[in-house]
Amino acid sequence: MSQEELVAIQADKVVDARGTACPGPLLAAKKAIAEITSGQVMEVLSADEGTKKDIPKWATKKNHEYMGTVEESGFFKIYLRKA
Amino acid sequence: MELVAEEKILELERRIKQLEATKKKDQLSMVVFSGELDKLLAAMIIATGATAMDMEVKLFFTFWAISALRDKEKRAKKKELTSKMFGAMLPKGTSDVKLSKMNMAGAGLSMLKSLMKKKNVASLDDLLKTAGELGVEINICEMSMDLMGLSKDEMIDYPDLNYCGVGTYLADAEESAIQLFI
Repeated sequence: MSQEELVAIQADKVVDARGTACPGPLLAAKKAIAEITSGQVMEVLSADEGTKKDIPKWATKKNHEYMGTVEESGFFKIYLRKA
Repeated sequence: MELVAEEKILELERRIKQLEATKKKDQLSMVVFSGELDKLLAAMIIATGATAMDMEVKLFFTFWAISALRDKEKRAKKKELTSKMFGAMLPKGTSDVKLSKMNMAGAGLSMLKSLMKKKNVASLDDLLKTAGELGVEINICEMSMDLMGLSKDEMIDYPDLNYCGVGTYLADAEESAIQLFI
């Protein structure tokens, strides 16, 4: 998915995990994805660099679709579609 | 011809059953042996991270690590003199543990703690609390607890806290996909 397409996404759930370091964002993502239904989109906000690699790995394991990452200043947004 | 096919199917079924019996669970088994803050942090970050990856987590606390699970507020009942002395020399809970390197009489320790705050890294207490909420099982080695002069009545309140021997750890480890020693 292109950056333009990602930026245009209206997520069904936004998780702000910028106040936590590893493994905080992963735990927050796991908790939040339980609150949406299959096919819905979740956006995870994080400032922890490791999360960029961790969330796609976690998504692969759980069969969620990793849609991409958008860089902001000092943090980034990760988009996922629930399996 | 049909008979051969049937035999082959039976043979395959037998093999699948065999494989299923030896298949590892999506479970992490970890021996937590060290009693220093850095190593305990690593252990608890991996443990909580593993629950995020939907793994079952079983920790086996033994030797020096057990002191970190002591509750500062609790007092142990009757102990022998040597046990009492040994227990008194060991850290009394998470706030007492030191660094394995660069502790520098506590200067390194307090530097690390302030850096952790600044960088939003969860404290050992927070990690233990989170682990409890996420269902991480903690098993304390009864024999080494006793050897270190510690007792059950001075351990922290933790949801899934159990006491066991090496057999429990081995049984858990045998069926776990990941095994670690920290």
